Amino acid sequence: MPSNKSVSDAPIVQFTNCRILRDHQLQREDLWVREGKILNPEKLFFDEKGSADVQLNCKDSIIAPGFIDVQINGGFGVDFSLATDDFKSGIDLVSRKILSHGVTSFCPTLVTSPPSVYHQVLPQISVRNGGAHGAGILGAHLEGPFISKEKKGAHPEHCLRTFEAGAFQDLLATYGSLNCVQIVTLAPEMRRSNEVIRELTKRGICVSLGHSVANLSQAEEAVQHGATFITHLFNAMLPFHHRDPGIVGLLTSDKIPAGRRVFYGMISDGIHTNPAALRIAHRAHPKGLVLVTDAIAGMGLAPGRHTLGQQVVEIDGLNTYIAGTKTLSGSVATMDTCVRHFQEATGCSVETALEAASLHPAQLLGIEHKKGTLNYDSDADFLMLNDSLYVQATYIAGEEVWRQDVSGM
Amino acid sequence: MKLIILENYSQASEWAAKYIRNRIVQFGPGPGRFFTLGLPTGLPRDHPESYHSFMWNNFFKHIDISPENVHILDGNAPDLQAECNAFEEKIKAAGGIELFVGGIGPDGHIAFNEPGSSLVSRTRVKTLAMDTILANARFFDGDLSKVPTMALTVGVGTVMDAREVMILITGAHKAFALYKAIEDGVNHMWTVSAFQQHPNTVFVCDEDATLELKVKTVKYFKGLMLVHNKLVEPLYSMKEMGAERGQSKKPYSD
Repeated sequence: MPSNKSVSDAPIVQFTNCRILRDHQLQREDLWVREGKILNPEKLFFDEKGSADVQLNCKDSIIAPGFIDVQINGGFGVDFSLATDDFKSGIDLVSRKILSHGVTSFCPTLVTSPPSVYHQVLPQISVRNGGAHGAGILGAHLEGPFISKEKKGAHPEHCLRTFEAGAFQDLLATYGSLNCVQIVTLAPEMRRSNEVIRELTKRGICVSLGHSVANLSQAEEAVQHGATFITHLFNAMLPFHHRDPGIVGLLTSDKIPAGRRVFYGMISDGIHTNPAALRIAHRAHPKGLVLVTDAIAGMGLAPGRHTLGQQVVEIDGLNTYIAGTKTLSGSVATMDTCVRHFQEATGCSVETALEAASLHPAQLLGIEHKKGTLNYDSDADFLMLNDSLYVQATYIAGEEVWRQDVSGM
Repeated sequence: MKLIILENYSQASEWAAKYIRNRIVQFGPGPGRFFTLGLPTGLPRDHPESYHSFMWNNFFKHIDISPENVHILDGNAPDLQAECNAFEEKIKAAGGIELFVGGIGPDGHIAFNEPGSSLVSRTRVKTLAMDTILANARFFDGDLSKVPTMALTVGVGTVMDAREVMILITGAHKAFALYKAIEDGVNHMWTVSAFQQHPNTVFVCDEDATLELKVKTVKYFKGLMLVHNKLVEPLYSMKEMGAERGQSKKPYSD
């Protein structure tokens, strides 16, 4: 059909025979894309009298917004907390490989490291759009070193720090620069944390609570000062207690400032959290659940020994421990595995599972006007999945950047 | 008139859809030969419930129609009467309406031709009756002050010019209007009654809409359903039609 567009000459692609995730439901609708954004076909029809240049039959696939991973420490042999010479090619490799897991945007995460590592690595991370070269980088997630000794988990004790001397200035000196930093995880019970949280929030950086022994009121205070996220709920924090729920209590706290929502990351690989605990969290606060992989360098590789910053970890199946211990250290699960496991364990709807990996992280980072949904004028980052939520194809800015081999891998 | 009585809303809709499909296939449209479908007008543009949105979501997005072939009266036009006149010209230019499909209001109006509208009226700006405003309030969150009081509409005369007219009437609240339309005289208070003087009208309704009709009328037309159902049987596809174009496929005419 001849197209007759008055707004732009760019080709219009119409994805047909699909079910798209829109307004929290799977709807039988076509998806229209032009110039890397989702297009409103009604406006095109009536205002521009335009029509599609290309029609693609999606063979009844599910089309969902691309997944956003806000906690990933590396993969495929690459460790984001290691200041190597070829760091840039390492991050490029990971961003390309995770396309097959359905991740279209991510926050490369650095675990607790000495300041020299931050000073060398952070300048090499830049916010950039995704494409055929790989998933988009939204900014770094700095998990530590301002965390609790008692809940350090896999983080190296000798690199832990406090900021009680110079508060925000200490933090800045440790990291060197906050230019491309999107999220900082810290322990709110540390002295002067509220000042630091305020400063970070002022700069548009999302503050997350984790690796902490804070009680509920300390956590609530942190939220009042601007914290909006909880790093891997249940892990590296005090367990829920009925007289002091600790950080876990934020899920149902009544002291959250009006109009704000606390989000919480969950590693739903079947190991970090018992499915029953996953269900409790989901049922208590379904709209705040953000699926993360917390993947480490060994993800995507054969079992064996790999690094995680200053530590050595051992991988055996899906379990990853600090070598010689039973301390969990990250995961080797992929994002799509986490989505499937989450859906199975909670029995939630497909829409809910998909939103936990796309809409919610976008809302956490305040970017849902352009990422995390299939709304008109959003970035056209989306996935084609089959009914069992296996990714068949990944699209960024309307271009296909990965497709499942027909031979079946 | 053919009065088609089906059991319920879905069956009535399906019958009507198949009939329209058959008519289009019989007509054999092609490049330069358009099957002109007429539909009544509605709410102003730029409203989420606007007629444009309604037509897009319920019709246009499901078919491959070229946007240039869609003509909707524009309630935001600077000169409304000129817009209406231009619309009449467009109908003429397209070769006239082949089939007009519409419903009726509880007050027996067709399109927005409210009681008292001239039975020979053309496309024009029309003030809306209170009943219609109340009925439309649901699109404006129940706020009566927000409901438009005027609308552009095709006239009764405009619809009478169509080669065939199909009226869909379902629901008990339309029953009295149906009675007035087909069992009483032609009257400008019940503008649908004008179609008693049209050579080719089909009324498709469900059981509830016949509640005010004489039992005799209902039994008579139900008895004809065997014949009427032949009108909705699947036809040959357009490709196969080829040489048989022009031949009448109607087994009977009324």
